[in-house]
Amino acid sequence: MSVIVNGSPRELPDDPRVSLLDFLRERLGLPGTKKGCDQGACGACTVLLDGERVLSCLTLAVQADGRDVTTIEGLGTPGDQHPLQKAFIAHDGFQCGYCTPGQICSAVGLAAEAGRGVPSHVTGDLTSEDIALTREEIRERMSGNLCRCGAHNGIVDAITETYASAEATA
Amino acid sequence: MNPFTYTKATDAADALRHGAAGGARYLGGGTNLVDLMRETIEKPDALIDVTGLSADIVETGDGGLLIGAAARNTAVAEHETVRTRYPVLARALVAGASPQIRNMATVGGNLLQRTRCPYFYDADGARCNKREPGTGCDAIDGFNRGHAILGASGACAATHPSDMAVALAALDATVHLRGADGTRSVPLTEFHTLPGDHPETETVLRPGELITAVELPPLPFAAHSAYRKVRDRASYAFALASVAAAVDVEDGTVRDVRLALGGVATKPWRASRAEEALRGQPATPESFRAAARAELEAARPLRDNAFKIDLTERIIVAVLSQLTGADQ
Repeated sequence: MSVIVNGSPRELPDDPRVSLLDFLRERLGLPGTKKGCDQGACGACTVLLDGERVLSCLTLAVQADGRDVTTIEGLGTPGDQHPLQKAFIAHDGFQCGYCTPGQICSAVGLAAEAGRGVPSHVTGDLTSEDIALTREEIRERMSGNLCRCGAHNGIVDAITETYASAEATA
Repeated sequence: MNPFTYTKATDAADALRHGAAGGARYLGGGTNLVDLMRETIEKPDALIDVTGLSADIVETGDGGLLIGAAARNTAVAEHETVRTRYPVLARALVAGASPQIRNMATVGGNLLQRTRCPYFYDADGARCNKREPGTGCDAIDGFNRGHAILGASGACAATHPSDMAVALAALDATVHLRGADGTRSVPLTEFHTLPGDHPETETVLRPGELITAVELPPLPFAAHSAYRKVRDRASYAFALASVAAAVDVEDGTVRDVRLALGGVATKPWRASRAEEALRGQPATPESFRAAARAELEAARPLRDNAFKIDLTERIIVAVLSQLTGADQ
């Protein structure tokens, strides 16, 4: 059983108890993905699985067999930052930084979901395919990612700058 | 976490073959089961991953919708037919959990998720008849603000946590099952059982039986439906109380209505008494209030949750008023 992590094939562990989170951090040496609550409540462990944001703490590594995982290490590097990473720095979208990799992976997933018309709890017209990423939409769609430093305003600013159209921010 | 084996089922027959073993559990997205295994509340010997089974969402010959049990919650919420013809279901789905969890969670797994009663989760410190049958319930005389006012017993007052299932209850959904003896279908409203003396039993599933699909019958007036959820924070929280409603009004009179409640009952609660009280009545807030009271007469509050009676009444009146324009 194997998985593609940030473009490279990797062998999955024999013990099915290993979570995708522990597999990434402890077996592959990719500590960017963070362990917060380890029970699906905080979003710090968010990664992209076949492009969809998921919680790696509640995913068994074996469930990723044959699939494609992208972590923060696969989105950008210090020398070649992802546009969202630049925007998080520009807008003070973090303080301690612990939740940041999860926030950024989550926001990348958010953009894909909104782009294909996935509604949210605050979407007014369910029949519309065209989602305007207002601050209210971004806050709701990022509600699975907690920041205990309280950097949420900067986080919403960074996502708005990166993904929202001029129409949504007017 | 206790040791277990992992098998990815190639099709339903393969899943049933592996699932027949005692101690085997079917695995969907794992958002609840993996957490419970980590808490050693669930201790399966074998996990049979059924996420490779049908996740298709297809229209049926009679104008309904068949949703494969492996369909992810996000996939159902974004499906065009769901958004346009069954908006109550799309609304209930996006009111539940977080986007990450909705990307993982399957329809079948959502129906089988366990209660979030804190006493059920506290394996080291609390008695729970659902977790350890016959040991007692620390919630009934404990902190029970979040617990059920409908359908509880002296053994258990834990609420069913699903939002999706509340919409399915309102929509007369049926659950398609497959077991060693063949296939059968059960109305969603009869799929979950009341706790009675055996809160450890939560559904009518037989050992090894697999959920293969959920079917929505055609219901033209469901295009005019809504879900309202009241919770302790604006997002990402379980319901204190929620209402799924669809209503058909002609010349100011309620011709037909579907109503179900979440967060207040031990199973997804179809409000049949309220529906009965409302059919043929004028579509006014007064009628809606009377219908809500007809349902909530059966409510039996515990020490901390009596507020749910008034809250539920107000949500029912608000949702029906919104749908019928009676709030204008």
